[in-house]
Amino acid sequence: MSETVSTAVPKIAMRDVQKRFGSKVVLDGLTLDVPRGQSVVVIGGSGTGKSVMLKCVLGLLKPEKGSIKVDGDEVIGMSPKDREKVLRKFGMLFQGSALFDSLKVWENVAFGLIQGRGMDRGAAKKVALDKLAQVGLNADVGNLSPAELSGGMQKRVALARAIAAEPEIIFFDEPTTGLDPIMADVINDLIKACVQRLGATTLSITHDMASARKIADRVAMIYKGKIVWEGAVAEVDHSGNDYVDQFINGRADGPIRMEVRRA
Amino acid sequence: MNPLAVIGHVTLEFLAQTGRLSRFTASSVSHSFLPPIYLRLIMRQMLAIGWFSLPVVGLTALFTGMVLALQIYIGSARFNAESAVASIVVIGITRELGPVLGGLMVAGRVASALAAEIGTMRVTEQIDALTTLSTNPFKYLVAPRIIAATLTLPLLILIADIIGVMGGYLIGTHKLGFNSGTYLKNTFDFMETVDVVSGLVKAAVFGFIVALMGCYHGFHSKGGAQGVGKATTDAVVWSSILILTADYFITELFFAGK
Repeated sequence: MSETVSTAVPKIAMRDVQKRFGSKVVLDGLTLDVPRGQSVVVIGGSGTGKSVMLKCVLGLLKPEKGSIKVDGDEVIGMSPKDREKVLRKFGMLFQGSALFDSLKVWENVAFGLIQGRGMDRGAAKKVALDKLAQVGLNADVGNLSPAELSGGMQKRVALARAIAAEPEIIFFDEPTTGLDPIMADVINDLIKACVQRLGATTLSITHDMASARKIADRVAMIYKGKIVWEGAVAEVDHSGNDYVDQFINGRADGPIRMEVRRA
Repeated sequence: MNPLAVIGHVTLEFLAQTGRLSRFTASSVSHSFLPPIYLRLIMRQMLAIGWFSLPVVGLTALFTGMVLALQIYIGSARFNAESAVASIVVIGITRELGPVLGGLMVAGRVASALAAEIGTMRVTEQIDALTTLSTNPFKYLVAPRIIAATLTLPLLILIADIIGVMGGYLIGTHKLGFNSGTYLKNTFDFMETVDVVSGLVKAAVFGFIVALMGCYHGFHSKGGAQGVGKATTDAVVWSSILILTADYFITELFFAGK
């Protein structure tokens, strides 16, 4: 793997990525760059391939075709050992939080440090409590089990877990889904603050435009497995792209057709 | 639908399933031997699989030994061979009924629990989360369960053997009128090392099967609660079938031609 990486090389570069499940094509030649240190938000409706795109980058799914590079290194077809090294650069906040129910909250946050990096449990607990404090949760919460927390608190814990190992790249999968507007805004503020503190590169997927406007430097629109528009967040309201206009205004009429089977 | 297409579809699905299971087994076994080995998780699973199965398996063994003594007494009385009760009970329990009934009870209790736990982790993306936290799910989830079940089942079945023989002894001495000393003498005189060892080998293999099926079906579950339910059912059904199949082959390996 390359030792030094030029700042001109995108942190993540996806080229013509194709992924299908049986006969259903989910990613159809997706091309997208995530520049170093920037926050890219991919917007798009349900079932357009957003989550599959993230899972392909993480190696949880294997694309049939195309190229995905992280810091200039091709990750498709990478050996498990090299992939493990690449995964150390990542943190991820899952849509449903994906906290481990069998572990206490602090153990969830410290999991990557203890299991992934071999840190001593005592030291890892200190880091975990510090990260919980950064997302506005006190030390008492650390000893609870995830099932005892509300949805908003679970998202905060998941955010603390995603940033615990201070990753270079953080993925946010629908970070505000299922939260009330106020809690969603709290989570957006926390994401922004944590990312700025770490100086991380982020790739988020959402269909919540308020969230996208708040956390994005750049926005890309995905439709039927392809990026149909990409630009700075300030340009999203004047993109001149019919897909983006329809999506951000939430109109039923337009080029995006919902696949609704009528009786 | 065209019958040939149905046959083709079923055959392809069977081959794909066999391939998936073979790969899963190979990965599970290799990760069970290669470091890191999570000793703490193995101990926790040994407790969950072995210790907490003891009441169920113990009661099964106790009543099986008691019923066996009664049935053999009634059957052997037809040709005046009542004195064989103790020896047949001990051979029946150690070679066959202890490991097989114990294995089936553990399949019901443990394979279902493993499939439900890992299946829920799959559908709630907890297994994906493990990967993103630089932790191999095979090492962290599958290997400790397989090691724990394979090591614990022989211990569990050894205790079940003792309880089962004791059940036969209780019925033999309190209900059927055998002398206590004579019953015990007949038990130990006719028991051979191979009777116990073959049962313990079976127990280890059954433990491996139960954990493998629980983990495999949980790992490949999909589609939410319904998928987890199906994984749980499949884990118990396939564990039971494979236990009975393996039982025949191990028995043949130990006793064919003797």
